[in-house]
Amino acid sequence: MAEPIESDQQEEIRDEPGRHIGQPFRRVDGRAKVFADDLHFPRLCHLKLVRSTVPHAKIEKIDFSAATEVPGYLGSLTGRQMPKPFGILPVSQDEHALCIDKVRYVGDPVAAVAATSEEAAYAAALLVDVEYQPLDTIDSVDTALDEERDRIHDYGDGANVHKRVSMRFGDVETGYAEADLVLEDTFFYEGNTHLAMEQHATVAVAEDEDRVTVFSSTQTPHYVHRALAKVLELPPSRIRVIACSNGGGFGGKSDIFNHEIVAAKMALELGRPVRITLNREEIFYCHRGRHPTLMHLRTGLKKDGSMTAQHLRTALDGGAYGSYGVASTYYTGALQTVTYDLPRYRFDGVRCFTNKPPCGPKRGHGTPQPRFAFEVHLDKAAQQLGLDPADLRLRNLAEPGSVTSNWLQLGTVGLRRCIEAVVAGSGWRERFGKLPHGRGLGLACGSYLCGAGLPIYWNHMPQSGVQLKLDRSGGVAVFCGEAEIGQGSDSVLAAVVAEVLGIELADIRLCVADTDLTPVDLGSYSSRVTLMVGHAAHQAAERARMLIAKAVARRLDVPLERLVFAERRVFDAADPEQGLSFEDAVTLAEAKWGTLGTTGSYTPPRAPGKYRGAGVGPSPTYSYSAAVIEVEVDPETGLYRPVHVWIAHDIGRSINPVLVLGQVEGSIYMGLGEAMMEEQAFRSLPRHLSSALVHKTPSLLEYKSPTFHDMPPVTSYLIEDPDPLGPFGAKEVGQGPLLPIPPALANAVHDAVGVRIDQVPIHPHMILKALDEKGRGRQARYGPAAFPEIDFGETLIVPTPAEGGDGRALDDPEKRKAHDMVGETGTMSSRDEALKAKDRALTTK
Amino acid sequence: MLRLPPFDFHTPGSLAEVLEIVAGEGPETRVVAGGTDLWPNMKRRHQRAERVVSLMAIPELAGIHAHNGELALGSTTTLEDTVRTRVVAERFPALARAVASISSPPLRNMGTIGGNICVDTRCTYYNQTEEWRRSIDYCMKEKGTICWVAPSSPRCWAHTASDSAPVLCALGARVEMKSKQGERIIPLTDFYRDDGIEYLDKAANEVVTRILIPDESDSTHCRSSFWKLRRRGSIDFAVLSVAAAVWTDDGDRVTDARIYLGAVGSRPLPVTGLAECLEGKVLDEETVSEAAALARKTATPMDNTDFQAQWRGVMAARYTEAALGEIAGLEPRALPPPHLL
Repeated sequence: MAEPIESDQQEEIRDEPGRHIGQPFRRVDGRAKVFADDLHFPRLCHLKLVRSTVPHAKIEKIDFSAATEVPGYLGSLTGRQMPKPFGILPVSQDEHALCIDKVRYVGDPVAAVAATSEEAAYAAALLVDVEYQPLDTIDSVDTALDEERDRIHDYGDGANVHKRVSMRFGDVETGYAEADLVLEDTFFYEGNTHLAMEQHATVAVAEDEDRVTVFSSTQTPHYVHRALAKVLELPPSRIRVIACSNGGGFGGKSDIFNHEIVAAKMALELGRPVRITLNREEIFYCHRGRHPTLMHLRTGLKKDGSMTAQHLRTALDGGAYGSYGVASTYYTGALQTVTYDLPRYRFDGVRCFTNKPPCGPKRGHGTPQPRFAFEVHLDKAAQQLGLDPADLRLRNLAEPGSVTSNWLQLGTVGLRRCIEAVVAGSGWRERFGKLPHGRGLGLACGSYLCGAGLPIYWNHMPQSGVQLKLDRSGGVAVFCGEAEIGQGSDSVLAAVVAEVLGIELADIRLCVADTDLTPVDLGSYSSRVTLMVGHAAHQAAERARMLIAKAVARRLDVPLERLVFAERRVFDAADPEQGLSFEDAVTLAEAKWGTLGTTGSYTPPRAPGKYRGAGVGPSPTYSYSAAVIEVEVDPETGLYRPVHVWIAHDIGRSINPVLVLGQVEGSIYMGLGEAMMEEQAFRSLPRHLSSALVHKTPSLLEYKSPTFHDMPPVTSYLIEDPDPLGPFGAKEVGQGPLLPIPPALANAVHDAVGVRIDQVPIHPHMILKALDEKGRGRQARYGPAAFPEIDFGETLIVPTPAEGGDGRALDDPEKRKAHDMVGETGTMSSRDEALKAKDRALTTK
Repeated sequence: MLRLPPFDFHTPGSLAEVLEIVAGEGPETRVVAGGTDLWPNMKRRHQRAERVVSLMAIPELAGIHAHNGELALGSTTTLEDTVRTRVVAERFPALARAVASISSPPLRNMGTIGGNICVDTRCTYYNQTEEWRRSIDYCMKEKGTICWVAPSSPRCWAHTASDSAPVLCALGARVEMKSKQGERIIPLTDFYRDDGIEYLDKAANEVVTRILIPDESDSTHCRSSFWKLRRRGSIDFAVLSVAAAVWTDDGDRVTDARIYLGAVGSRPLPVTGLAECLEGKVLDEETVSEAAALARKTATPMDNTDFQAQWRGVMAARYTEAALGEIAGLEPRALPPPHLL
């Protein structure tokens, strides 16, 4: 560049719609998508993984001799050829491309075979003979806590516990003492899987003995790139990862998968292209879906409904590997404070290893479970306090721009308008509690991240980068590492650049998700793309705009700030006739500056929390949602059906309202699936006969997910209140709208027939059982009986902002003692003593 | 994706050729019509065949004709054609409703009525891939020795999965089979055996050619109903179905009543004791609920499909009430399944 770029200031947020921003437009990637499974190369061969048929065992012997006899057989691999471990989180490097010494669940990949056809590869895979020496089957959190059983991994927090977390923000016992009602509840949220339409596929093409290109259905090409370099023991510069169009992800393609690494290795070994497309059953084994989570909530509320304190305990059944599990565990606690003001908050969580497919992030990552618990819990609280559930929530709204008790910095909070919209739309005030027996309304809310504040591995680089190339054609090429998973990220990227430069979407050429060609973006997860890629694209486009504007200003002899970029022209705002076509303007700029290219990048603001574990939860800002569901319940059978869903989502500002509505409606569908029927459930056989532990229903027929036949009518409200922290004011929509759905359904069932179902999915027999209990004068409830005694480890004590904390935990034992003035067993010091102790702690700081 | 294993495929143009091929062959030779059951089963390797003979190139096997006091459904008439044939919808509405509820439109376009009455019994321990079944060391229905649904039981408890079967049983239908040795026609109720493995009275060399429904079971003579329980409004197999047919005299008193339950046993289960319960009486709240109690006793739901088994037993009573209530014109009590809305 001839001249340094000086202008980086953000455009002021305008409420009026732009040419593209805020307008419904056809997605830019809508036609001629190429998925990984569509790719074909000369001499392509087919890969099949041999998966474990036992839940937990040592591998004694792997015999390929029968497999090699299959016509078309080309080669095989075992774990010993890829000894380096990998894992998405630096703290959980516990996976191998193929198992080396032991297998940890039915479906764990043990070996791989390649053949000239898919049929031959499958036939050969069935003939690979693996001998196992069985180990104890760990099938639940309860068995995982048992010190006497064989361990699945030799790391973690003791027994088969992967992670223990305990943290306290403020003096919850004082909060309970101040409360008029202290409510306790136990909830269970069953595991479920992503069920993306496209089955994971990878094609690997070796270009040399030490150079490979991997095309894959992945949400996170950058992380796959890093893992490939590690396991293949090649420099990252020799590996190219291209994320193809994804037919849905939902978090299920945000991990690094065995088949991706094995395909690359096999391509390098055979010197020919290799393809693998998993069948549907295998995708249930890849999983990384919703953690089955048992939860206990204890909350103090005043008569007016305001909350004084909460203690949440969670126990997660993590499956056989770490995956994102440490983050998932923290996430079951981290966002409780974002929706409503919780002045004092304690969170204890534990994640266990079991012999099941590993759990990980699914839409809402770790938060739908506690959100379900919290929102049903609040419904009960409202009932006990004689308050309208909508009023109770309005009473407790989180304060915009505030820092929560666990040190999360909030941005705008559109929840009030969300609640008001669904309350008005559903006729809540006139109808809640007043519908005939068998009909009911339920309300719930939620909030979610707009991008995780920190990257998965520690670094100081931007989380998103965009590069622009402009030339005399008048077209703009946009390079970015983001991965389109169907959510419309390509369209957001193109729209932001086109808006700033005043050109049409057709003028934009995208090159995305290619680790050789595009600047790093961390991937399509944590609802980060619109915000982070949007900011990076905005910055790159502003810089390009400035280069062009300077050239044009000189030519037209008008002040820089009077230039307008619109309708494919650059012109003088005072005299619109005075101007150049965009093409001529770029030509002028290229003549002035030389070859035109700009970059933009985005790093989220630093979060105020400084304690261990504070990395999970921060986000530049948060989205909010509220939903009301109307349900019809048959008290004779327990059968029920959602009749209508009203939902409002605080989007900040829509980049493309059609895509936003698509995400909202898709979230409702997925949320109803989780609430009504979806279960990643497992079957063990009678213990004296078998140690088997298998997925009950690894097929699309028997794993029940709603079809469009089962989808109720939906009324959606987009609450637009631009957030200065988002590009053009935009916030996330990919995950948040799922959160209120399961609890709204459970609350609606209660309004309809007066019974509480404290777990999801809600099966009709549960309603019938609870009605039966009610009829016998017992508790009108179906749900888990109790939360087990669990050692959550030492509690981190973090003074809240209100207590004058600085975001750090107390590690000085004296200060800890002062703050830890209340016994963990609940033996209360008097409030005065507690306050004095707190003052002492603050003055000694 | 799951792929079919290799096999020889024949598409003869005449039934005689089919019967010639299957004569003297064992279970390694299979006959296929629409293939909506056999192909997925072969992909999962729990049904095998060296040779598969298709019936779909034999025009005379398809079609619906009335003659000799019976309606004859050709075995390769597709499910969609069965539903769309006006005589079926008008004279046998419960059958039309049952067939319309089978799976999804694409599968009804391929699947046939003959295939549906022969559809393999199902079980969540059995309808799984080869690798999955290895993980439980198989079951007695295929390769293994134990019925995992009831490990101490000497028999297989896979459940009947046909939606047309319980209705056709209730309507007194008969099935015509042909082999090189000749033909035989038996009542459909005798076609089914109470065993999850040997669930049909049909030899490997016999081909189902027609299903015959007597005129005295049509809507001018009797009233019939079909209720199907499943998770979703489409696609799913029944986890319980109730097919009821009731004949009454001029005073609305029941002269004959038959109820068959689907998916809660290895064959369509006749509700026993119905004659004593209903005959000579008018269908009202009381008699209907007595019949429902009998259905509850008849059903043997096992934990081998969707939904809790015990609740499916409760539902056998509720859906029997609903089916009989519909016949009697009583006020509906149960929330109807989505496909009836």
